[in-house]
Amino acid sequence: MDVTARDLDVLAALGDGLPLCRHPYAALGAGIGMDEGEIIDRLTRLRQSGVIRRFGIIVRHHELGYRANAMVVWDVPDDQVTEIGQRLGRCPEVTLCYRRPRRLPDWPYNLFTMIHGKDRPAVEAAIACMAGREGVGHLPHQPLFSLRRFKQCGARYGQPRQAAE
Amino acid sequence: MDAIDRRLLDEYQHDLPLSPDPFHEIGAHLGISADEVIARLQHLRQGGAVSRVGAVVKPGTAGASTLAAMAVPPVWLERVAALVSGYAEVNHNYQREHRLNLWFVVAAANREAVATVLDDISRRTGLEVLDLPMQQDFHIDLGFGLQWT
Repeated sequence: MDVTARDLDVLAALGDGLPLCRHPYAALGAGIGMDEGEIIDRLTRLRQSGVIRRFGIIVRHHELGYRANAMVVWDVPDDQVTEIGQRLGRCPEVTLCYRRPRRLPDWPYNLFTMIHGKDRPAVEAAIACMAGREGVGHLPHQPLFSLRRFKQCGARYGQPRQAAE
Repeated sequence: MDAIDRRLLDEYQHDLPLSPDPFHEIGAHLGISADEVIARLQHLRQGGAVSRVGAVVKPGTAGASTLAAMAVPPVWLERVAALVSGYAEVNHNYQREHRLNLWFVVAAANREAVATVLDDISRRTGLEVLDLPMQQDFHIDLGFGLQWT
């Protein structure tokens, strides 16, 4: 579906989260000159069309005890990446699965999977389990464990409302 | 965190009601008042378990975004990370265990605006910024199934 400038305004306003109050859609709309009905209509359409793929409570894994995460990157032959990506994308261990470009010679990996766990051994076990079950352990891959989180917030797709500095 | 908090987190990661008074609707389902739902969400947000109540947008469908990576000399890492986090367009920024040790997501209205941010970071730090935009999304998003132990 086409995402209009007005839709982007709604998504940008949602970047900080829905106001936690009665009639939150009316409150959200008040800031950008839309009434409650228009906000609800636009969000419903964006959700149904899949532009919004989840709409609700967004949890922080770390604070819920999932203290380890690894971005596991794979070097998959181009003619297999769609098939393998679809398989890994369905694995219960995986919370994100994207194809991205290689940047040779520095960066040979073209498939990215995110795996969260309670601790590092749990993530390592999940990777090994998935690699064995899906028969992808022979492909070059590397887990990039997260060491520190500097920033985590919602994406702001609209025009930046503040300068970078 | 009690059983009602856990139900909130388990049952409302995907489809918050799109009706005028959604917290009332959730409260009716959980057997508590709208005000209590709101108070619980505020408490979970203050405690850090909840980032926000909002939308996860499928990449590439609204605006533009990319994953960027930099190999930052360790002694500069905190300063460069703070500089990167200072951009409103940057929404995730992590140190990872690799020669490419700083990974962040840039989202903006269009591809040009994303490129401008990457160029700006590269210019200000004197470091190369790897641009790794999503080409295909394979994940079936089921939210995050929490194991309560």
